[in-house]
Amino acid sequence: MTDLLAWGHPVPIGDGNKSVHWCVLVDTAGEAAAARETISQVASRFIKDRGLSARMTGVMALMAVLYLGFMALLISRGVSSVVVIVVAGGFAVGQWYFSDKVALAAMRAREVSPQQAPELHGMIDRLVAMADMPKPRVYVADMDMPNAFATGRSPQHSAVCVTTGILRRIDAEELEGVLAHELSHVAHRDVAVMTIASFLGVLAGLITRWGLVFGGDRNNNGGGVPFLVIWLVSIAVAAISFVLTRVLSRYRELCADRSGAYLTGKPSELASALTKISGEMARIPTRDLRSHDSMNAFFIAPALKGASLNSLLATHPPLEQRLDQLAKISAELGRPM
Amino acid sequence: MGLLDAIMGRRKQVRPNLDALFAVPTAALTLRTAAGFEPTGVGSVCYRATEGAAFADVQGDVQRLLDADGGPKVEKSVDDFGFTWLVCRHDAADVSGLVTELHAVNRALEDSGFGQQLLCSLVGFEHEDGRRLGLVYLYKRGTFYPFAPAAGPGPSQQRDNALELQIRGTLAGDLQVESDLSRWLAIWGAPGL
Repeated sequence: MTDLLAWGHPVPIGDGNKSVHWCVLVDTAGEAAAARETISQVASRFIKDRGLSARMTGVMALMAVLYLGFMALLISRGVSSVVVIVVAGGFAVGQWYFSDKVALAAMRAREVSPQQAPELHGMIDRLVAMADMPKPRVYVADMDMPNAFATGRSPQHSAVCVTTGILRRIDAEELEGVLAHELSHVAHRDVAVMTIASFLGVLAGLITRWGLVFGGDRNNNGGGVPFLVIWLVSIAVAAISFVLTRVLSRYRELCADRSGAYLTGKPSELASALTKISGEMARIPTRDLRSHDSMNAFFIAPALKGASLNSLLATHPPLEQRLDQLAKISAELGRPM
Repeated sequence: MGLLDAIMGRRKQVRPNLDALFAVPTAALTLRTAAGFEPTGVGSVCYRATEGAAFADVQGDVQRLLDADGGPKVEKSVDDFGFTWLVCRHDAADVSGLVTELHAVNRALEDSGFGQQLLCSLVGFEHEDGRRLGLVYLYKRGTFYPFAPAAGPGPSQQRDNALELQIRGTLAGDLQVESDLSRWLAIWGAPGL
């Protein structure tokens, strides 16, 4: 897995130190290029993380290859497979289109007006003006778990939700960092990206589960690929695409951290908020959290307890990796020009 | 926001056009003749200070530069949202001089790589009946919009939308007015208004 993901470079996922060293090398080259550009263009402190971009492209390319291969296999099997693809596609489109309604209903979140939550709205107003993006709807969920998430099918139809737990636990500047992270998810269209990315897994999962039903009519087709092969391939595809989706999710989180930190200009406030939230999360009983498992992908910090979960399958990067990245941005912002 | 930007999880950096600020003196003339609003001679620039010493240095340099001309000193204040406002005071009749100062602040931040931290610039106007109006330049959009707090007792946060829309029509020929009304950010209690 590691070799595939590192795009030929020796960068194990989750190994903060090595990836940082590698990124520093790449960024130095990037800075030199940026310095040359500065002469004719506008100066910017934004450092491109080419390493992150390259790894993310790698994961997406792998997904595309897997996707095309699997589709070709299914289509070669004939009509019944096309039906499965259409059904799974319908699920994916529905999941994407209604993402905001589903997520907000699952969290029992209520929309708050500028009159009900003037500070929260004011903060978001400023951030969207800084980011030059449309303002999302603002929701608050009554729960003690300190967290926040963004959802919605496009930046024009998006919503940001914070829990009352996070409002109680972190201060205004930290909350601003968290909101900037969530707004970056909206600007990056992460709901759409993750829905497309997880489509293959859903499709393969459906075939795996409905294997017996669809396998029943295999003899009618004559020729073609035997169903057992499809079924076994589906299991493999489902597993691989699950892992790839999680890897992509972690990269998207790092991207949102970066954009959010540049938006507020205070990476350390986001780092502080992440530390607080993660610390609080570890103390919250597991039973409450399990019911929110499906929401994890869009939260700012995963609602899972402790570090026992295999980091390969985590939806979010480890805290140290996120803090490392934010520290680097902080150093860059403080560097005299 | 292009497809590639969405895929790569990044946002497009804006190409700001600070020269638009120099259209303000003409707009001030129009405001005087067509709507009866006089410039107050106060303007301000709003930005988000980043952490670290580099930004503080740049900010200090800007203040020193603007204070060197012997006029009223530049005032710095931080609002409830953590945004910094640099307030420049100038002779009310000399709108071009004020705009030049605002432009200098914007330019200095931009040149030191902190252009993305700029939120808006504001030029204050006042009607003889006491109504106040801010002409706001949105850095990220490169457009202007009017902000008019409704006159009235108490700290009620009401905008005089009728006046704002009237001003939009008045200025349409002089400035690029922001066409998306949802971007007309309310800046309550902005220094310089």
